[in-house]
Amino acid sequence: MEAKSWGANGVEPHETGCGSSKLALDPGVVAACRDAAAEIAAGVSAEIADKTTVSVERTVLRLLGLEKADASDVPLANVVVGHVFDQGKLGLGIGYWIGNGMIQTGLEPNELALEVAAGELDLCALPIAEDEAIHDCVANACAERQRQVSAALEQRRERREQIGESPPPHRYVLTATGNIYEDVVHARAVADHGGDIVAVIRSTAQSLLDYVPDGPTTEGFGGTFATQANFRIMREALDEWADSNGRYVRVSSFCSGLCMPEIAVLGALEGFDNMVNDALYGILYRDINMVRTLIDQRLSRMINGFFHVVINTGEDNYLRTADAIEAAPSVVASQFINFQLARDSGVRPEHVAIGNAFEIHPDVPNSLLLELAQAQLTRELFPDSPVKYMPPTRHMNGNPLRTHACDTLFNLVAVGTRQGLQTIGVPTEGIFTPHIHDRTLALENVAYVGTAARDFADDIEFKGGGIVQSRAQYVLDRARAMLEGIAEAGLLEAISEGCFGDVRRNPDEGRGSEGIIATDGRYFNPLVEIMSDAPVA
Amino acid sequence: MHQSPSQEMGGIKPYADHRDDGIVQVSFTLPVHGEQTARFAGLEIARRMGLSRPEVVHHEKVTDGYTYLLLYGVFEEPLDYDAVRRESFEDEYMSKDEVDAFVERTARRQIVVIGASTGSDTHSVGIDAMLNLKGYDGRHGLEGYKAFATHNMGSQVPNTALVARAQELNADAIVVSQTVTQQDLHIHNLTELVEMVEAEGMRESTILVCGGPRISDGLAKELGYDAGFSKGTFPNHLATFLARAIASQAGDSSEDAPE
Repeated sequence: MEAKSWGANGVEPHETGCGSSKLALDPGVVAACRDAAAEIAAGVSAEIADKTTVSVERTVLRLLGLEKADASDVPLANVVVGHVFDQGKLGLGIGYWIGNGMIQTGLEPNELALEVAAGELDLCALPIAEDEAIHDCVANACAERQRQVSAALEQRRERREQIGESPPPHRYVLTATGNIYEDVVHARAVADHGGDIVAVIRSTAQSLLDYVPDGPTTEGFGGTFATQANFRIMREALDEWADSNGRYVRVSSFCSGLCMPEIAVLGALEGFDNMVNDALYGILYRDINMVRTLIDQRLSRMINGFFHVVINTGEDNYLRTADAIEAAPSVVASQFINFQLARDSGVRPEHVAIGNAFEIHPDVPNSLLLELAQAQLTRELFPDSPVKYMPPTRHMNGNPLRTHACDTLFNLVAVGTRQGLQTIGVPTEGIFTPHIHDRTLALENVAYVGTAARDFADDIEFKGGGIVQSRAQYVLDRARAMLEGIAEAGLLEAISEGCFGDVRRNPDEGRGSEGIIATDGRYFNPLVEIMSDAPVA
Repeated sequence: MHQSPSQEMGGIKPYADHRDDGIVQVSFTLPVHGEQTARFAGLEIARRMGLSRPEVVHHEKVTDGYTYLLLYGVFEEPLDYDAVRRESFEDEYMSKDEVDAFVERTARRQIVVIGASTGSDTHSVGIDAMLNLKGYDGRHGLEGYKAFATHNMGSQVPNTALVARAQELNADAIVVSQTVTQQDLHIHNLTELVEMVEAEGMRESTILVCGGPRISDGLAKELGYDAGFSKGTFPNHLATFLARAIASQAGDSSEDAPE
């Protein structure tokens, strides 16, 4: 297969998927959905104003280069933020205290952190400089680091263009051994068989840790810890692979859980191309406090948007906890909301990979047509965004050959509706985390279908009033009704009523709420200033 | 009716094309460079597994230094099926309506069941399939039964929280789901729970069951549970077990399920 350069987002250049609608969608209904989503997103902005979180503050320190941990393995970013938080002074922002510390001691941020960790420095007990001097000092330090990161990423993107990639759909493959060095072996096998994006799944408990662990890790459960050192190891391995094989391979992780914005910065620092970054996932599936997540997702997505990292939303998950046929409208409603929240954080449309999944029970008659309808619908509603299309998992029963057959149909729908990113389905789904050769078999299936049906999407239309068109129109109309209802009630209220994935959460419950801080009138965040000053596309 | 041959004969072998041909399929990856070397190593591994006449039907490179193999071989030694059959036992399960009727007749009250996916395990699929009204594959979970008062705590529930809630509710049964099994994480979690329940002095009065794709009844009993449920379990299987366990606790075990 020839490797050539494609758009930064996995969408073919000058190709927005489908041109005119194959589903005869009513533009008025689509516009009503967008309007309602904009109203919902505005409500979120009001909800999170004048608040920050411990993870947002740690993110500033991560950009400033704090990487290591103290003697008891507490990351330095946590040591410093905790030190100010415990004194009740985080309302001014960690930037304020670091800026002042730099002025008063002449030390760099990392040196300050080491002194704090050693118990030799109290950042809040130093003499205080003028507000403006403090602001400029830390803002300049952040801006300098940001310019370095931007330059490195720019260089990387040039290299990506130069080396070239496979045409979309980009094959997105997960590894999950628990040991980063084994993940590298699996990732090379993925690349050898045509995988375009390697994502290392995180250890099952990581989303609830209010810190990002330090150093390379070799023990995880159902996945491998996301750490800066692990990011570096995987990135280097796949850069090396790209150099010897002449095809660029993207790397992805997860900006989710209690450390959404921190992971975004670590990804940018280590040259990641892609991040799973859903606005609501942590609330629904990890029982993280709503307000905490909504504040964290905002900065997290600002960072990814600023550095042009493609983000993936997670609507596929609703289809795993709720029935795929009944839940289809909630998926579309969430896609509109997630997209709008990402846009409000400055992410460009071509960098939002909207989530969708092939999860209808295989015994349902015409399930293939219903899946085509949903996949084509997502594609047409977000013509400038690549869709992240997920394989069947929920009804995969442990028979690898049946799963392989279902994956074949999934692969056909992916290529037949021109999805931008395609997570590959693995025959041993539902049995264990994939063995190394399982992904080989899966990628061979994707390659076969991709070749056999290469121009299928350009050649098919759907019959007026047929099953596919009617289903898509019905789902869109139900999504509109749902969005208008949510716009009226507010997003927080809608979540507490169980609108998404049949999961209910209350605004005053959930994990991590102790890490929300009301900001002082003099609060500033140097990172947010840089990101919000950037021209929004 | 025609009786299957295995039921009348003592010795059995795997069946592929015809009776007693003993043919089995195995597949694995070897961390070996050369594909030919890998083939020979694969054949030797198959022989050591007790397979005769092994044959590699497919092999391919997974990545540098790793080769995937698919083999067939023959399992020669017949298995004494009667001996195996005596050890295992296949339960006769009641339907949802039968369970409800059975509990009404025996326990004469609702059975309080509390469930969770415990520890760091984020998977709620298993516990939801067993407990939630929606259930699995068109069969209602325990919430849909009159016989049970069901409390599903969801996923990532610490063992301590589960035990505390069980005490609060005076639960008759605790149902635990474990999906992630890498490096035996599930064993650690399940062992911890048993120890906690014992330390609280609740073990005698509480039915303790676990389930998950890699959990067997044997493993569960070894860890100190009353039963373990694996793949292929439907909510009515769990319901039947709980109903019978409560009935036997109450000394009503003589009354049998309607067939």
